[in-house]
Amino acid sequence: MTVNPSGWRPSAPANEQGEAQTMTGNRALMLEEPLIFEIDGGESTGVDFAEVSQHAGRLGGLERSRPIGLPGLSEPEMVRHYTRLSRQNYAIDLGLFPLGSCTMKHNPRLNEKVARMPGFADVHPLQPQETVQGALEVINQLAFWLIDLTGMHGVAMSPKAGAHGELCGLLCIRAALEARGDKRAVVLVPESAHGTNPATAAFAGYRVENIPANPAGRVDLEALKTRLGPDVAAVMITNPNTCGLFEPDMKAISDAVHAAGAFVYCDGANFNAIVGKVRPGDLGIDAMHINLHKTFSTPHGGGGPGSGPVVLSQALAPYGPIPFAAKYPDGSFKIVEEETAGEEHPGAFGRMVAFHGQMGMFTRALTYILSHGADGLKQVAEDSVLNANYILRSLEDVLDAPFGKSGPCMHEAIFSDKGFAGDVNTLDLAKALIDEGFHPMTMYFPLVVHGAMLIEPTETESKASLDQFIAAVRSIAERAKAGDQNLKAAPFFAPRRRLDETLAARKPVLTYRDPEVAEAAE
Amino acid sequence: MRYLPLSNADRSEMLRVIGAGSIDELFKDVPEEARLQGPIHGLPMHASELAVERHMSALSRKNMAAGDVPFFLGCGAYRHHIPASVDHIIQRGEFLTSYTPYQPEIAQGTLQMMFEFQTQVARLLGCEVANASMYDGSTAMWEAISMAHRITRRNKTVISSGVHPHYVSVATTMAKFTEDRLATAVPELTAEPDTERLIGKIDGETSAVVVQYPDILGRITDLTPIAEAAHAEGALLIAVVAEPVALGAIRSPGEMGADIVVGEGQSIGVGLQFGGPYVGLFACREKHVRQMPGRLAGETVDAEGKRGFVLTLSTREQHIRREKATSNICTSSVLCALAFTAHLTLLGEKGLRQLASLNHARACEVAERLASIPGVELVNDGFFNEFTLKLPVEARPAVHTMVGKGVLGGVSLGRLYPGEATLQNGLIIAVTETVTDEDIDALEAALKEVVQ
Repeated sequence: MTVNPSGWRPSAPANEQGEAQTMTGNRALMLEEPLIFEIDGGESTGVDFAEVSQHAGRLGGLERSRPIGLPGLSEPEMVRHYTRLSRQNYAIDLGLFPLGSCTMKHNPRLNEKVARMPGFADVHPLQPQETVQGALEVINQLAFWLIDLTGMHGVAMSPKAGAHGELCGLLCIRAALEARGDKRAVVLVPESAHGTNPATAAFAGYRVENIPANPAGRVDLEALKTRLGPDVAAVMITNPNTCGLFEPDMKAISDAVHAAGAFVYCDGANFNAIVGKVRPGDLGIDAMHINLHKTFSTPHGGGGPGSGPVVLSQALAPYGPIPFAAKYPDGSFKIVEEETAGEEHPGAFGRMVAFHGQMGMFTRALTYILSHGADGLKQVAEDSVLNANYILRSLEDVLDAPFGKSGPCMHEAIFSDKGFAGDVNTLDLAKALIDEGFHPMTMYFPLVVHGAMLIEPTETESKASLDQFIAAVRSIAERAKAGDQNLKAAPFFAPRRRLDETLAARKPVLTYRDPEVAEAAE
Repeated sequence: MRYLPLSNADRSEMLRVIGAGSIDELFKDVPEEARLQGPIHGLPMHASELAVERHMSALSRKNMAAGDVPFFLGCGAYRHHIPASVDHIIQRGEFLTSYTPYQPEIAQGTLQMMFEFQTQVARLLGCEVANASMYDGSTAMWEAISMAHRITRRNKTVISSGVHPHYVSVATTMAKFTEDRLATAVPELTAEPDTERLIGKIDGETSAVVVQYPDILGRITDLTPIAEAAHAEGALLIAVVAEPVALGAIRSPGEMGADIVVGEGQSIGVGLQFGGPYVGLFACREKHVRQMPGRLAGETVDAEGKRGFVLTLSTREQHIRREKATSNICTSSVLCALAFTAHLTLLGEKGLRQLASLNHARACEVAERLASIPGVELVNDGFFNEFTLKLPVEARPAVHTMVGKGVLGGVSLGRLYPGEATLQNGLIIAVTETVTDEDIDALEAALKEVVQ
């Protein structure tokens, strides 16, 4: 039996804080956990099956002969393994998770309950349409809300995540341009954009060019106007932008882009700041994805699954992908897919996914929306902006706030490490925050602010929670300005100290190898 | 509003600290004319948990749940029993409400689970490495085609007629914009797929050959000759696995020479959910890992020498490489991957083999009984848990008639290939361990009636 499965052996009887070491490597509730491949007794199974009757197989002579190498655990072992792992994670349920641009808000548990109702969870995507009318109605109701909340004309529901939604929007734009025989090769993207924007434009076959920001952290309207021309297909704008600022010239930008024959794509990652307060459709936007896992609280789940419906303007809606749920005058719902698309939606650019999109996220998002209603959603935007401004004004005397002077922020506040002493930087502050019991903010993004710290508290934090966070950041910021070298080694109290990312990338170990196999390979 | 903790007193106090007279002052960058006054007109106001649950529950009841009727649908989504403990694990808040592990010191739970998932997937598919998951099988297949394009610097892809038509449709859509050339075909109702014809399409310009295993009609074919033919021309073999439980019974694509193996992981641990969210599997050879899309967890050590895990090789990814990234993907389907890995850990080698064996035995039994109905013909020679029948009548109306008898009796090829006259009598039946003797009786009786 392996006592300490982490492979770590103390080199000295006590670590630098002088803490006593334990025989197991565990520290009370902080429990080390081996990989499933290292747990003794991995030959068992946690599932009981009925006896298989004897039968002549029909596997075409391709029966598996070699072992697969899959360890199996009984139910108590499996539950304990993942429960122990779970306790090494930070989560919204544990505390403030102010990751800028990610909208880490509370995930209501009613949403989970609803998504598990058998009529939603246990329905096959290819069931005859008369047996899935409720599912189609959910998609249709959610679509109705998304269109109304954004003031747009249509919505493509099938994209699987935000970046997939961006792709959907750009493909709509490309289809619309091609329909009028207009070949355009360039997509303009501000320097402050999420990395997905340029990556998506390239994925959709466009050449990407940057547009600069002005000193106030906004798109430089004049520079943009100068660059617009017959080769520009679209401009991708994030609004509110990644500095947490609203683009006040948005309508003027849209007008200029439209006058040049191009389209405006809006990255809707930050829609939480304006939901129920401002409709992107009123600002001249042609396409915008909505991350249901941000604004509409579907769980982030450790990094997915997401869901990225795209709302479309009148000019782009005819080109949206199939399939989609359409409502008929008799009140019934139908899936428009390959078979009838030719008559009902002839402009469709094609299909993005095998089935109908992230249904499990649609049920959760609709539940969230119905819970809040039009009034609650407006309050969401207001409280998220209020919380962010409260943080901005409570920290700007100890942290550099590059746009603090230019007025209020939206749902997130941006700071930098300017003024920290010596080599202490943003990363160090972030790691010290871990020790204080908080998830760090987004670091080093957007790229336009050196040493950026982007803080998005969301509306589901109480004032007491914000006050505690502010006090923690203040204390660390003061240490950073005083050049406290202890910050360089933080975190001290997390399940792991700083991890060597360079080693991981230089000698990638991406799967587990049994020790004897690994040794033979050396 | 039960999800919003601020009181009006808090709001006033916070505005005072900010130095703003009202909330609207915080929105002053929004042009006056674009600012909405009051809640959006024509939409309902907030509602109690009870009222919302009632509304959603009523919508849920308008669907025919698979578990309530004899159910035989497959074609890329399979109904298997999911142990209760799997759903319990994915509902733990530390997994459910965490995010992409950008701060590895406080995300070892997710990172270790990803590493375990990658190992299980690689072993199951017979490859050296796997990523931490993609959106679903269909998007994973397109990503594999793009990856092959980057590796071979060729842009012609031969897609077998046995690949799921929706997957093909996704690839065709994307290829329009990237100028990749795809050779596609619709299947024929034959006992074996036409491997020779497929091999005949491979030439010196071919980047990759894409084969589904088992294929859309449920047929199983040896991939070895296809891999050899592809490699002889400098092309890669991409295998697509839509039903990974099959790999508990049959050889893995990697063993037969596939270079990239992608799949839909839904059938292990993830429910049907009307098509999503699912979990795309993606595995390949180690030498190609830097061309791979998606998140990867890798092993490393911390400052005290303890083993730990981090996201790695991120120089492939959009947040670093921007327009030069291998893909625009920013997420992986982590929570579904957790369900997959937890279910597979419960099964283990032994359980997966038992599960596969049970599925196959059940499917053989059902195939035999249905093929004995006069006029009904079993198309396949080999199959795992899904096979195709040729009916003496059009299958699409037959499926609807069976719904009237309370039976969800398979997927008609007419639904998947609406324009193809030669396929209209085809019906695909999937049989898993969830099917009971009574279900089989009901299907047999319903099918007998509709073909008469």
